[in-house]
Amino acid sequence: MNDHPTIEQATDCAELVNAVGLHARPSVKLTQLAKTFECRVEIALSADGPWVDAKSPVKVMRVKAPRGAVLHVRASGPGAGAAADALMALVRGGFSDQTNPPADLKHG
Amino acid sequence: MAELRLFGRSAAPGVAKGVVALLDAARRPRREAAGTQAEEALALQRALSQARAEVEALAGKATGEAADMLSFQVAMLSDEELVRPALEGVGAGESAVAAWETAMEVEIDGYRTAGDDHFSARTADLEDIRDRVLGHLEPGGVNPVIPDGSVVLAADLPISRFLAIDWAQGGAILLMQGSPTSHVAMLARARGVPMVVGLDGAADAMAGREALVDATTGEVVLDPTEATRAVFAAKADRDKTASAVSAAFRLRPAVTKDGTRIALNLNASSADELEGLDPAVCDGIGLVRTEMLFHGSGALPDEDAQYRAYRRIVAWADGRPVTIRTLDAGGDKPIQGMTVDGESNPFLGLRGIRLSLRHPALFQTQLRALARAAAHGDLRIMLPMVTVAAELEAGRKLLGEALASLARDSMAAARPKLGIMIEVPAAAIAIDEFDADFFSIGSNDLTQYVTAAGRDIGTVSDLADPLNPAVLRLIASVARHGRETGREVSLCGDAGGDPRVISALLRAGLRSLSVAPASIGAAKQAIAATDLRDAAP
Repeated sequence: MNDHPTIEQATDCAELVNAVGLHARPSVKLTQLAKTFECRVEIALSADGPWVDAKSPVKVMRVKAPRGAVLHVRASGPGAGAAADALMALVRGGFSDQTNPPADLKHG
Repeated sequence: MAELRLFGRSAAPGVAKGVVALLDAARRPRREAAGTQAEEALALQRALSQARAEVEALAGKATGEAADMLSFQVAMLSDEELVRPALEGVGAGESAVAAWETAMEVEIDGYRTAGDDHFSARTADLEDIRDRVLGHLEPGGVNPVIPDGSVVLAADLPISRFLAIDWAQGGAILLMQGSPTSHVAMLARARGVPMVVGLDGAADAMAGREALVDATTGEVVLDPTEATRAVFAAKADRDKTASAVSAAFRLRPAVTKDGTRIALNLNASSADELEGLDPAVCDGIGLVRTEMLFHGSGALPDEDAQYRAYRRIVAWADGRPVTIRTLDAGGDKPIQGMTVDGESNPFLGLRGIRLSLRHPALFQTQLRALARAAAHGDLRIMLPMVTVAAELEAGRKLLGEALASLARDSMAAARPKLGIMIEVPAAAIAIDEFDADFFSIGSNDLTQYVTAAGRDIGTVSDLADPLNPAVLRLIASVARHGRETGREVSLCGDAGGDPRVISALLRAGLRSLSVAPASIGAAKQAIAATDLRDAAP
């Protein structure tokens, strides 16, 4: 992590360990999480970019990141460190529902 | 007009009549802008928000996989980035329709050529989004109003369209393409909508004509004669009477005439299929096919998606045992990107456990999801197509590794019982070689392997008879081995739900069967008619 006197910035990376990569459901989850942060959040398949807006499901799906790819995150602005940490935790956890159980488990 | 008979494959049984409504009418997009640039841009934005509102409403009513798929569409429709390239086209003088079609074609191409099955499978969702928006741009062009009770004809039917039709008013689905294992076919079976797929014929010529549909046999009659109408009416009546009689048996326990209690379980493919069904009609789930999970959205599901699907079924069963079969791809169930194309005889090729052991990462994902769901109920794992004991032991070892990795990740899990399907004659004959917790006879494959006759090959299908003495002797020998060693033995093929075969299966010593939800009543009726007092166990 890399603190700046005026603008908070953070970068990190993690391997996509879930079976399908950054596919429909994981993409929706990732963008929903990114949107909870005020700062700019971007992802890329390489540390050199191209970087895309992690809050746009259309752009995230265009990355077509498969299982096994390393996903880089870059955040800048208020809460950048927390945003990068949260996104990478989601990726490392295989987009697991452990911390956030879905409502539809009560069968019906 | 003369009566015309067409044939397809049954995807959901039932009889229906109605007027054929063509769902995907040919599009005739305007190529020139009808209004000013500002008007076209506004029309596009409005069509987009109407489409989003529609999908949101559908998503609100959907559950399970269908809900996942629809919320993906909502997320895409809510993203300004989706419409940006089309708005640029409008800015360059294109009509809203042309700009949207061109922009979506580029987007869809990106998915199609991604070289990854998960992404190429999503093209169907994007096409659905494209067409829904176009429907609002060209009223009556793409989203024709389907009158209630219609026989809906389409090339293929996206789930969002299926959910938008009020099936309580009757009707049926006819698809020129499609598959009985598709997600929409499963929904049709669950809702009792007759459905025929792979129909031969010219769709345009069928629109607007009266049709009689026997989706049990896959037969469709257009412009029927009075005589044909009478035949169909009688068929529909017979169906109704038979289902009324067997319905009376549904909630009773399965007991033979002499009072022997038989465990009657259900076969299912997903929790969606069980929705609205009272678990009290059965003693548990004898077979969960997991292929549907890998087919439904066309993508390989991740661990959490599988875990949630399994957990919903366990929750439905409410304490009753649930036997889940690991992926049984191959044979007649290819999965793109996984099974091998062009095998000279897929039924003797890389399928079932053979395939799973070749894809340890994928198999591990499924075993982890199953072990996690096992923490919530009596879940059992069943391995398909086991031929030699080493395959069972390899599966057991991988299950151990899955449990160890879950423990390392501090995730809740339990060790499920591990059983095997008995469908390969080698396993049935040398049953004592297998140290499994339970056995389940897959009568479809066992019968075709023992008789060397395929059920799907019309000219020899009468030989593929589960009542063949060789098949029944093998079943009797597996049942005896189970009794002697204290292992449960069940049967989960179509024979288990066939009233003509049930008595012979019970006489062969089976005391547990697993049948399709629609067959429960008829199976209990056949069990009640069987007297085992004169049968040697």
